[in-house]
Amino acid sequence: MKLQSRHLLGLEGVSADEISLILDTAVSFREIIERPIKKVPTLRGITVLNLFYEPSTRTKISFELAEKRLSADTITFTKAMSSVKKGETLKDTVRNIEAMKINMVVVRHGSSGVPYFLTQCMDSNIINAGDGSHEHPTQALLDMFTIRQKYGKLKGLRVVLIGDVKHSRVVRSNIWGLKTMGCSVAVCGPSTLQPYEVEKFGVDVYTDLDEALDGADVVNIMRIQLERQQSGFLATQREYTNLFGVTAERLKLLNKNFTIMHPGPMNRGVEITPEVADGKSSVVLEQVTNGQAVRMAVLYLLSGKREEEE
Amino acid sequence: MKKQAYDLVIKDGRVIDPALGFGHVAHLFIKDGKIAKIENDNISSRKKIDFMPDENVIDAAGKIVMPGLIDMHVHLREPGREDEETIVSGCQAAAAGGFTTVCCMPNTDPAIDNQETVKFVLSRAEMADARVYVVGAVSKMLKGEELSEIGDLVKAGAVAISDDGGYVQNPQLMRNALEYASMFNIPIISHAEDDFLCKDGVMNESFQSTRLGMKGRPAVGEVIAVLRDIKLCELVGGRLHIAHVSTAGAVEAIRMAKADGVDVTAEVCPQHFCLTDDMIGEKFDTNLRVNPPIRTKADIDAIIKGLVDGTIDCIASDHAPHAEEEKDVEFDQAPPGMIGLQTTVGLVKTYLIDKGYLSWADAIRKMTRNPARILNLPVGTLKVDSPADITIIDSDKKWTVKKTDFRSKSKNSPFVGWKLSGKVSHTILGGRVVYSDK
Repeated sequence: MKLQSRHLLGLEGVSADEISLILDTAVSFREIIERPIKKVPTLRGITVLNLFYEPSTRTKISFELAEKRLSADTITFTKAMSSVKKGETLKDTVRNIEAMKINMVVVRHGSSGVPYFLTQCMDSNIINAGDGSHEHPTQALLDMFTIRQKYGKLKGLRVVLIGDVKHSRVVRSNIWGLKTMGCSVAVCGPSTLQPYEVEKFGVDVYTDLDEALDGADVVNIMRIQLERQQSGFLATQREYTNLFGVTAERLKLLNKNFTIMHPGPMNRGVEITPEVADGKSSVVLEQVTNGQAVRMAVLYLLSGKREEEE
Repeated sequence: MKKQAYDLVIKDGRVIDPALGFGHVAHLFIKDGKIAKIENDNISSRKKIDFMPDENVIDAAGKIVMPGLIDMHVHLREPGREDEETIVSGCQAAAAGGFTTVCCMPNTDPAIDNQETVKFVLSRAEMADARVYVVGAVSKMLKGEELSEIGDLVKAGAVAISDDGGYVQNPQLMRNALEYASMFNIPIISHAEDDFLCKDGVMNESFQSTRLGMKGRPAVGEVIAVLRDIKLCELVGGRLHIAHVSTAGAVEAIRMAKADGVDVTAEVCPQHFCLTDDMIGEKFDTNLRVNPPIRTKADIDAIIKGLVDGTIDCIASDHAPHAEEEKDVEFDQAPPGMIGLQTTVGLVKTYLIDKGYLSWADAIRKMTRNPARILNLPVGTLKVDSPADITIIDSDKKWTVKKTDFRSKSKNSPFVGWKLSGKVSHTILGGRVVYSDK
């Protein structure tokens, strides 16, 4: 079993076998992270560029650590410190960097479709670390890894994604991945933050949080961006919290052995109460640790595609 | 040397001129840049042709001969962005695409909102390979705040006014513009998309925009804008022309307005009957980014129905050149627009005529007589004494759209690589052959 593509641009179109392969591979890397010496020579001689056009804490550090633990050489580019400020285009920027002989690119960018765009102007393997509101496949993979770790399966579980569905790439990648793996998926959020024809993803759509939570196994809570208020999508933060904030009280509606997830960064007291975020059902920190293992697996499997080509 | 009776003859072509109600094989004689006569094939006409030197005879056997086509919606970018297009290069593209007349939109830099800029454009067009008519601005600097000097624009030669590229968002200004323009009997061409509903949108709002996580421009943004303009036109009179109709809702609104007797006309562009929004996710091709955006199959069906029943009067290209470096970027960073002068004929033939929706006569009417009538242009017909503007099309010739064949300075077309049927064979402007297919 191998991955079909030499890039990871998104989870749309990625098969259940491929997702399982990534998650299975991540299990052994997860074990390496727990060792006293957390380094393997797998990617020795491979140079990875982390191309971050948008701010990121978790994803950037997670990828960097994953690369270092695989013994890759890594360089990290952030927009603020670059020639982008001098007017250089994305294409020129990446082609110049690639001329310094790099092998793989991890890209985070505010415009949907940028990872695909890079495949058209570079030879490197491209890994999408978040493009616009389109996809964030490694986040969804680590979410699925975390769910599978707890339940031993994905198939048949009920997963509810709560928050700003319209602008969330995490939601989209989760929908594709979870559906492929046989989960039942629901989204819940204010109707102004549900994108047009969202039901065509094949998900149940709720605007009432209690209805959405009823009978769910996993609740994945998205960050709500406070500036949505200015764009007229929300009335006030207070009202959002009243309607969609996940509180301990509401968790009673969930199935026994439920799980609380959040991709971060959290607005405590807005979309999630501290009590829920730090409660015994919360796996938010486990998600972060697993993220590294999943990213190591993706880097490893895609580097395997490189050898295949050579 | 004996002076020739005619300068040029186009023999044996199927001559179609909807303005004359003409549609059969005939010979077309040209003299002094004008149409001298159209004659059926007989001994006398044969004899005249036989007397002509070979180089003055175009054999159009098996081809269609029509009045030079009119593209009532192009952007020539001069003055301001001569790196993207000039009046001369745009007219070369027009000639290669079978258009002898183009109407250029005023969103240049500076905008065509004053007499001097109209005169500048017209002077640049004097030696070009197509006739250029100017569309002036509705508002000063296209800002949508104050009316431009419309009387002056008309005096300098403007044939219509438009703030194309954007909507005249202020309804009071649009009302005033319709009233004011009616003094000069020129139409207002409306780019009907509500700014508030479409703000920052980069593609049609649909499941596709949802899937790709891109900001959408909802169909209703066009429908509301069209309905408002129709209601204003109904109230104060004037002539309203809706540019690049892209939605089923707008087609229906225009159909009903026409039935109610409102003086409204409309055009569509090939991208809105050939392309659908699900193509965007395939390669994020920035050449597919255009305003109004490419829509859905249901919209295409409605547009075709509108073309067939006459709700849609014209076919235009909305030729919008953009520099390669501006398009070779992230999808949402690219400016909207695609070139179209050299692909319109092939797309009309392949997607409207070959599929049986329109006859050649219908299609020609929408690219000659109808725009000429709307804009009151002295072209678009083969009537004797008209300017000898003629397009000859090899109607079944198959060809592939190639980037290197574009005469426009810009190459931003999503149709590169498409296989089309129907190719321009000759374009003749005032009796002069400005293009011939090799």
